[in-house]
Amino acid sequence: MFNSTSLLGVSAEIADPVIKSNVLYDWVFLVPATMAVSFLLILFFGKRMKYQGAEIGITAISLCFLFAIATSFSWIIDTQQVLNGDKGEKAAAVVVDDGGDKALTVLGAGETAAPLLPIVEEGEKARVTVNPVVQERVWLENGEVEFSVGTLVDGQSVMLLFVVTFISLLVHVFSTDYVAGDSRYTHYFAFLSLFTASMLFMVFSTNTLQLIVGWELVGVCSFALIGHWWEHKPNSDAALKAFLTNRVGDIGLLVGMIILFFGAGGTFDILEINSKAVAGEIDHNLLLIASCCLMAAVASKSGQFILHTWLPDAMAGPTPVSALIHAATMVVAGVYMIGRLYPVFWDGLTISGSTINLMALMGGITCVFGGALAFVQNDVKKVLAYSTVSQLGYMVLALGVGAFTAGFFHLFTHAFFKACLFLGAGSLSHANHHSFDMREMGGLRKIMPKTFATFTIGSLALAGAFPFAGFWSKDEILAGAGVWPGTGGNGTYYIPFWFGMLTAAMTAGYMARVMWLVFFGEYRGNHHPHENGNRITVPLIILAGMATVVGFLNLPKPFAEFFGLKDAALAFEHWVEPASVAHFPAIDHASPSLSLAIVATLLAGGAAAAVWMYYRRLYAIDPRATSYTDHWIDNNRLLKAGHTFLVEKYYLDHLYTHIIAGGTKGPLAKAAYWFNQNVLDGTVNTAGKSAAASGRFIYRFIDQGAIDGAVNASGLSASGTGQVLRGIQSGKIRQYATLMFGAAAVLAGVFIVVV
Amino acid sequence: MLLNEFLLLAAVLFAIGVYGVLSRRNGVLVLMSIELILNSVNINLVAFGTYNGDVAGQVFALFIIAVAAAEVGVGLAIVLLIYRNRRSIDVAEADLLKG
Repeated sequence: MFNSTSLLGVSAEIADPVIKSNVLYDWVFLVPATMAVSFLLILFFGKRMKYQGAEIGITAISLCFLFAIATSFSWIIDTQQVLNGDKGEKAAAVVVDDGGDKALTVLGAGETAAPLLPIVEEGEKARVTVNPVVQERVWLENGEVEFSVGTLVDGQSVMLLFVVTFISLLVHVFSTDYVAGDSRYTHYFAFLSLFTASMLFMVFSTNTLQLIVGWELVGVCSFALIGHWWEHKPNSDAALKAFLTNRVGDIGLLVGMIILFFGAGGTFDILEINSKAVAGEIDHNLLLIASCCLMAAVASKSGQFILHTWLPDAMAGPTPVSALIHAATMVVAGVYMIGRLYPVFWDGLTISGSTINLMALMGGITCVFGGALAFVQNDVKKVLAYSTVSQLGYMVLALGVGAFTAGFFHLFTHAFFKACLFLGAGSLSHANHHSFDMREMGGLRKIMPKTFATFTIGSLALAGAFPFAGFWSKDEILAGAGVWPGTGGNGTYYIPFWFGMLTAAMTAGYMARVMWLVFFGEYRGNHHPHENGNRITVPLIILAGMATVVGFLNLPKPFAEFFGLKDAALAFEHWVEPASVAHFPAIDHASPSLSLAIVATLLAGGAAAAVWMYYRRLYAIDPRATSYTDHWIDNNRLLKAGHTFLVEKYYLDHLYTHIIAGGTKGPLAKAAYWFNQNVLDGTVNTAGKSAAASGRFIYRFIDQGAIDGAVNASGLSASGTGQVLRGIQSGKIRQYATLMFGAAAVLAGVFIVVV
Repeated sequence: MLLNEFLLLAAVLFAIGVYGVLSRRNGVLVLMSIELILNSVNINLVAFGTYNGDVAGQVFALFIIAVAAAEVGVGLAIVLLIYRNRRSIDVAEADLLKG
């Protein structure tokens, strides 16, 4: 193995703290494998089981969840050991004079597969390496190129393993009640299993090819589950739309991965691509093109503006599916992919020391535009869908400004509170005659107290209220943009920062609107809502609990020190952020800012209060009204235009269906028609006329005379022969056998004579 | 190595088999005769294989045994169906498939 100490000219040997593989890391492939087996079992035997296959899925996902907990703890313990081990040996560690940069360059040039070296940056801040644990098998070989599958265990994948199995388990339990009595109940659980398997297959990718396979598999599951109730045309349309929109981005994924394959010298291996990108061995322009292509894939899978339009439509699927796939896990695949190939984007998009780049801009635009759309939706699920779009934009923004941990932490916290909100919406509709329309809700806080409490916690977490989960992750992202004085960061991203601030306010605003319309005022519907059973409320309570506490996993250092919890500070960062120097760029961590947190929270609180006041006044005028559209907005042309613009979702769907699809369809059809009429028909007509003329000639002289004669003669002779040979076709087996053996004997005779 | 004797035995079996196929009217006996023919071929294969010191002969003999088993399965099914339809397994009577 490569040894840094000798290379750097220090003789003292260091016992490198290393994360050693253990049974859990080696066998982590069992988790996706279990879910895949569960899929097959449910598919083949589910219908005959007592609970129609749900018990298989729940058993499998419970086992996987236990495995995930064990793996997560093992990872945390190992990481802490490596970190603490380093502290003890800091004296022996190599100190590089001019900061960490030199050490990084030396390491990068040294072509190490998994360097496990404690590096000391700028005297004090230690940059320890936490190595990923890789298990790989060759899947197939083609010439020189090997395609392998395997598991790559590191902080990111373990984190997603936990999130996916956790939410999936709760969604399984929730679904047993929510889709009870459905005609395709078994099929539904089978696809939940398949989705979990594919998602984890993708999460543990060791190479880009496996990533693509997993990426497409989750897309298929998403398609199947969105269209679960396909008898209803809009549902199957939504499924198709999701699939086709994702295909657009998938082209980017394929092209980007192919560029990376050749750019990195013919390898699919993610760690190798990363280490080459970190070492600067891949041409910058190549990385730039590859990252732009991959951003298209992120835009489609993770619902970034302008390819986000499928995500709100995907709400046609069953609500637990929306919670699992279209809020917590699958849609973060794009964010995860960025994290997996972060060095590529880091170099390709020049994230460090810049003021704007494609990723940060895309994220910024998405979070603002998605958030704005959430204000005009009447369907509670649609609001949450646009909120998801907006929050995904936040994550992409965070990664785009170099706040890696902040982005992943937001992914983590968002999974819990958004799943909580979605399942809450499911609970609302389950109690409310399968309607998601907020205009038919209102005053539900007394009727559905458990749903109300959990939904409130989810909303507070989403809006970024202290001390719920969203507060911590959101402020980390805002600090990471590096604009606020004293935050540092990787550059000064003004535009994304202000977009982020605006979104923080808007998020609180639209969640206040949802809270008012659903839970306050008086009931406007015609049904008899009721609180749901335990299988629905218990997952909600668990998720609300998580939404409250997970934020404490990554406390900012000053905050943690203030409360005397020094060791708890930035725990998530230590566990999840890849600290392996060879595979990860040297990002600067922004320092948290109390003033920024206060300002952002006040902004959010102000927006929420403003929206609340609006609805309070509205309620005072007309208790059953849900908006002022009759008075205010109609009288102001600008406001009305803006409102319509939002209601029509920026006319993007019109752009796609009418202008792009329709625009290409119409002229294309016209051109084809013209070509058909003039070129093809002309040719055909001319050919036809000349053929007829020559045909007449041929008929008269050649056909009638020569050919007919020959044909008639041959026909006559054939029928004559047929008459003779008919006798042989007697139907008698023994006669056939005799002929066969006779012929064989003759052939054998010929064979002997000739040879 | 007494190759000739084996070949003679195979030839005799083959001839008996061909006779059986051609002369018997009972479907089952026809099938049995076909088995005889196949087994004569097996004897030839094994004999030549041993004579040439090549194990391929035995391998092919095994293949033929397996194929013959499958063929008899199909053949007996046909005979059974013929019996069900006509209450007889006389192959001379089953002559509907004629020109």
